[in-house]
Amino acid sequence: MAEEITIPGWKRWLEDIGEQVSFFIRFFKNIFVGGFEWSEFVRQCYEIGYRSMMLVGITSFIMGVVLILQLRPTLVSFGAASMLPKTLSVSFIREIGPVIIAIICAGKIASSIGAELGSMKVTEQLDAMDVSGANPLQYLVVTRILATTIMVPILSVVGDVIGLFGGFLALNLRDHISISLYATKVIASLDYTDFLPAFIKTIFFGLAIGFVGCYKGFHSSKGTESVGLAANSAVVTASLWIFVIDAIAVQITSILFYK
Amino acid sequence: MEEKATKAEPKEKKTHDKQEAVIAIKHLKKSFGSKDVLKDINLVVHRGENVVILGRSGQGKSVTIQCIVGMLIPDAGTLKVFGEEVAGLNEKELKELRMKIGFLFQSGALYDSMTVRENLEFPLTRVLKLKDQAEIDRRVEEVLDGVGLADAIDKMPSDLSGGMRKRAGLARTLIIKPEIMLYDEPTTGLDPITSREISELILNMQKKYKTTSIIITHDMECARITADRVVIMDDGEYIEEGTFDSLQKSKNKIVQSFFKDIS
Repeated sequence: MAEEITIPGWKRWLEDIGEQVSFFIRFFKNIFVGGFEWSEFVRQCYEIGYRSMMLVGITSFIMGVVLILQLRPTLVSFGAASMLPKTLSVSFIREIGPVIIAIICAGKIASSIGAELGSMKVTEQLDAMDVSGANPLQYLVVTRILATTIMVPILSVVGDVIGLFGGFLALNLRDHISISLYATKVIASLDYTDFLPAFIKTIFFGLAIGFVGCYKGFHSSKGTESVGLAANSAVVTASLWIFVIDAIAVQITSILFYK
Repeated sequence: MEEKATKAEPKEKKTHDKQEAVIAIKHLKKSFGSKDVLKDINLVVHRGENVVILGRSGQGKSVTIQCIVGMLIPDAGTLKVFGEEVAGLNEKELKELRMKIGFLFQSGALYDSMTVRENLEFPLTRVLKLKDQAEIDRRVEEVLDGVGLADAIDKMPSDLSGGMRKRAGLARTLIIKPEIMLYDEPTTGLDPITSREISELILNMQKKYKTTSIIITHDMECARITADRVVIMDDGEYIEEGTFDSLQKSKNKIVQSFFKDIS
């Protein structure tokens, strides 16, 4: 009996993996099919990037402030208050900024894409596009995944800058440090091994967010409930992928740069 | 406020080219899990013919036209459109076939992030790859005028009534001038007056664009207005076919049950 229950579950899981691989291959092939949807791509970049800027900015600013306020007592007790800009910048640029911003994007963007495409599936818009001979993958999927792949790293860079600025303001609540000295300390404490791997992993975060949102939306079942499920599942799966990619990226970075 | 459809002209007796079968279905079967939805479907549709498939809900009527357009793959049997086996077509060939087929979904399936104009431009620019904006505008205005929606050209789908959505959906499918039109319950969810207007519109558009049509419905008034031939479907099979008037005299109890309220 137990075997009868377990095997279909594994089969479903394997089928899902297979479908995801097949969906990714179809997405990849469609990037190079003629007639790239530039106007839809630009619209998606605006929707995904510009419309997320405020949320990312506020969150990053608060994180910068909070990190300084949390770090300060410990570093002061060691007589290392001057290390605050370095500690903040390295931790923010390498890890906290990219991951937190990607998680925020997963919540905002992956859910929005999942719900939008899920709703289009329920109302037969995807079928209508398909049977008309148009290519829904090229119009809907390629544009959205490429837009997230490009905009999430940009959001991450913007978030890093705003977060570091938040740290500067928080530092000035107790101490006095000029913006030029703060900037000099931040820049001096960072090199390409901090910035480059973090930037590269945000590209993969963006790819995962767009891909998961599109996949969940495209594969939602036909019912109003499935729209909510697609959105929810997109957030959960994309968040999980962000941590998995982060873990892999940290391992690769450690091997390459921090022997 | 919904606009009036152009009044349907009286239906003329049509003669169809019996040699030219546009759609030919033989022993078609389709199951979902353990449920046999299509058990043994046989149907030939000739060029210029309007065939209505009449049946109760959940009998597999829509599954038949979904197989015709390649959305579903049959389990057994043959299904030929323009002489080509649909299940044997590759992606490119299927796309080419779909450019000759218009499919009106039950809900109209308008792209809700686009205006009516953008909905109609979509197949022109993506399927027919038209570049000339003047030509695109001309075709959009012409087809919208035909379905009586010229004033709604810049409205969003959310601003349209159910009947207007169906008309806009019909306009979007007709704009690429398909040779075959497949209608999935075109009058479902509409009031009787609007249902009649949509049925008359289907007939008028069929005459204007000279399409071959299959209309899936359980609306007897729609069947009476649009059908050259009616096929009655029950339990996954076609049990009887003929003209609307001839089926009214049928002795078959299931067929009689469809006509009892209108006789």
